[in-house]
Amino acid sequence: MRIQVENISKTIQGKSILSDISFNIESGQSLALIGPNGSGKSTLLRIIAGLSSASSGNVFIGDNRLDRLSARKLAQRLGFVSQEASTTDAIAAYDAVKLGRTPWLSLLSPFGANDEQIVENAMSEMAISDYREKCFNTLSGGEKQRVHIARVMAQRPQIFLLDEPTNHLDIRHQIAIMDWVMLQKFTIALALHDLNHAFVCDRVALLGSGKLVAFGSPEEVLIPEIIEPVFQVSAQQISSEQLVHPILTFSKLNASQLARDRSGDKKLR
Amino acid sequence: MTLIKFSGLKPAVTLIGGIGILVAALGLALVVGETQIPFKTIWNVLKVEAGFFAPEVNPIDHGILWSYRLPRAIIAMACGASLALSGVVLQALLRNPLADPYILGLSAGASTGAVAVAILGFGAGALSLSGGAFIGALLAFGFVALLARLAQGNASGATSSLALLLAGVAGAQLFHALTALIIAKSADANQARGIMFWMMGNLSGSRWPDVYLAVPIAMLGSTVIYAHSRALDAMTFGREAAQSMGIRTNLMMVILITTTAILTAVMVSMTGAIGFVGLVVPHAVRFLVGVRHFLLIPATALAGGVFLIVADIIARILIPGQSLPIGVVTALVGAPAFAVILVRSSRAHSG
Repeated sequence: MRIQVENISKTIQGKSILSDISFNIESGQSLALIGPNGSGKSTLLRIIAGLSSASSGNVFIGDNRLDRLSARKLAQRLGFVSQEASTTDAIAAYDAVKLGRTPWLSLLSPFGANDEQIVENAMSEMAISDYREKCFNTLSGGEKQRVHIARVMAQRPQIFLLDEPTNHLDIRHQIAIMDWVMLQKFTIALALHDLNHAFVCDRVALLGSGKLVAFGSPEEVLIPEIIEPVFQVSAQQISSEQLVHPILTFSKLNASQLARDRSGDKKLR
Repeated sequence: MTLIKFSGLKPAVTLIGGIGILVAALGLALVVGETQIPFKTIWNVLKVEAGFFAPEVNPIDHGILWSYRLPRAIIAMACGASLALSGVVLQALLRNPLADPYILGLSAGASTGAVAVAILGFGAGALSLSGGAFIGALLAFGFVALLARLAQGNASGATSSLALLLAGVAGAQLFHALTALIIAKSADANQARGIMFWMMGNLSGSRWPDVYLAVPIAMLGSTVIYAHSRALDAMTFGREAAQSMGIRTNLMMVILITTTAILTAVMVSMTGAIGFVGLVVPHAVRFLVGVRHFLLIPATALAGGVFLIVADIIARILIPGQSLPIGVVTALVGAPAFAVILVRSSRAHSG
């Protein structure tokens, strides 16, 4: 299912958070949203997820305008994994995944064998079947994240949105999550902090101060000339035959680079 | 609650068992009192009242049973179920294990509203008393929610326990003070049921007309809450997660907080502010049946009914010749339970 973002702007208390963002994500593609802290990644993701409303502009989910879909219809099409969804309830992992069936159930269509099968599949795909009875709060960070992803998978959406899914995870679990992203046939948009993770996505959108600075394939966007001014770092791209994709390394800007950046900023204005 | 592995009783066993215990508690409430009345007599009175033939019963015993003990026990049941369910709802919506109508000041607000109606005299009768209590409960909730939000300084899903508790203390004290002020200012002290009644609760005034209001309201409220059991489950990981699973959270909040305010208000206007029921009962029930609302809600309603019936029996017999306010009994049980939950929830957050 395709996502169309059309001229999205968001202003909170007179302050512009996002201005005039437009791009498309084609069906089955994955998009990495990158940008410095406060650049509006999470806000944009929340707007696409229908959790926050834009001040102007439209989002289309498939052929439907987002704000014309009911909460339930939207949840059947689109799933959202937020950054830190915690709970104080002693809920078992299995019951947590089961919650994902919520948008498909009603008083007239209770949880049935088909739902059961979907939940089981989601759990085995995320490799969490072994601790189905374990209390969610006793799981490790990586296990919790997988429970959340399995929960959203049980929602059976055609679009997956993930807000910094690799945060707080050790390297093994980071790789596991990114491998999973790469293999999916859904349409996926994810906010990422680690720019090197963005190389596995089909498209990269770079946000800087609420504006779309660059949009394109990872090879087009993840290059020092584009990254450096936005993140205020010095970057180098390294590629070799041993690497699946290029990698970026960074260093802090030295004094002369900072001075050059400032004059560059002035010219832009 | 937090970090405790629940034993997971079977739903049917739990509910049938719960109904059995509730009936037993009702029976006990009829037997026990200043004068012990044997089961045989109770059975005969019930038969007579149901229109069947039964041997003659001492009219005093008949009066005690039918006009005092039975309505009192039924009010205790309806009130216990309503307050306990209010606790379940508030805990799920505010995502805070310490939420309860008493601690959040809803009960205090309802007291103030009811006293204002009774003494300052806007209309009369149980219904207008409840109406005043409802407005008071909503005002108190609004005050506490706003204060907690301001104290916390952000709008994230879960309210911090500290902000919520302090706001609740402020709200409850403010409304208790208003209640005391209104009672003190009223010329006719006899018409007021006393400050103690509104702050600690008392079931001694329960009569049949109260039953006709309390029972339908309790059943209606329970039904509305039960219809939202799946939506309350979806709140497990917060409001945003619930929203992303297709729940219209704003609408649900309005419906359920109104329901809670009505339940609390109607019960408080009849019994005064009985504390800790909404805190103790849901946590104990979660320990037995787990956190899923489809079972938690009916089990909590049953357990809440049993809890207040038993608490009222204790209040009647603990000091011979004197009936304690029932709130004293629930607080004696509830305050230590509150302490345990507080310690455990703060540990869960820091660990």
